Amino acid sequence: MEKKVYSRTIGINDSISGFCPGCMHSTIHKFIGEVEEELGIVERLVRVEGVGCCGLGQKYVTHDTTLAPHGRACAVATGLKRTSPDSIVYTYQGDGDLASIGLAETMHAANRGENISVIFINNAIYGMTGGQMAPTTLLGMKTTTTPGGRDPEKKHGYPMHMCEILNQLTAPYYLERVTIIDPASARRTKAAIKKAFQYQMEGRGFCMVEIVTSCPTNWGLTPVKALDFIRENMLKEFPLGVIRDHGCEKSGSSETN
Amino acid sequence: MVKGRIEIRSESCKACGYCIKFCPKNVLDFGKDVNPQGYRYITMVRPENCIGCATCALMCPDAAIEVYREEA
Repeated sequence: MEKKVYSRTIGINDSISGFCPGCMHSTIHKFIGEVEEELGIVERLVRVEGVGCCGLGQKYVTHDTTLAPHGRACAVATGLKRTSPDSIVYTYQGDGDLASIGLAETMHAANRGENISVIFINNAIYGMTGGQMAPTTLLGMKTTTTPGGRDPEKKHGYPMHMCEILNQLTAPYYLERVTIIDPASARRTKAAIKKAFQYQMEGRGFCMVEIVTSCPTNWGLTPVKALDFIRENMLKEFPLGVIRDHGCEKSGSSETN
Repeated sequence: MVKGRIEIRSESCKACGYCIKFCPKNVLDFGKDVNPQGYRYITMVRPENCIGCATCALMCPDAAIEVYREEA
């Protein structure tokens, strides 16, 4: 008796995604689709996307989407969630969008404890615009705007750790940093996305999942070698783990998968 | 012994190689054929070894793999 054990989620349509080979944006879209299917919220899920490669997913997912002005995804999501409380609203933002131009909106949405979920894709580079330095770029990493490597001596600054920065605030409910470098971490990423959506359905408040990913195209590596780069370099700067989970402290782990 | 089988949406495959790297039984490899996007999409080179664990499908960014499992 043959049974199907893994099928393509209904959260994404039949088209071919616009992402580069090995880009984890598509993996995360797939996980979001699987999570919405498992939670039965396909009709209620609304995505607010940031500018950049994030926007390429607009014609790939099957739930409702809207594109926020650059960096303002958390502000748009705030309005959407307040006017339509039955919707499950999440923002999907890259490092440039969330940590650079949208820093104010992100901080204040988190500080107000808005009941939204934020999916933050951290690949340490500006992907769509051609590989410029992002706020999360590692020290010494070569980008098109830091050809000699990011150097604090040249006033390029240091990588920003958004989960730790938001952890200084009182209001956020759940902050976790995950990655997708092997099957185990992929399952943890999916579980973290599921938890963020569940907390929102329970009305708990601001949740953010930071996903450390690769950009093989702009890093100049093959997709498989980019996984090694994440493991050896990115994870040293951005350690994985639950930074804050009020739900876990109060009612035990709601770990899934 | 659990037997598995995968179906590949060849037009979606971008030949990133994640499935090949993480397959515990080395079932997959790049094929000889090229899809309309210009990628050498993956094929099952050792189909008899597949156990239907769905690790390839989990790691596939483009959801190009569907997995079937036959249990004896």
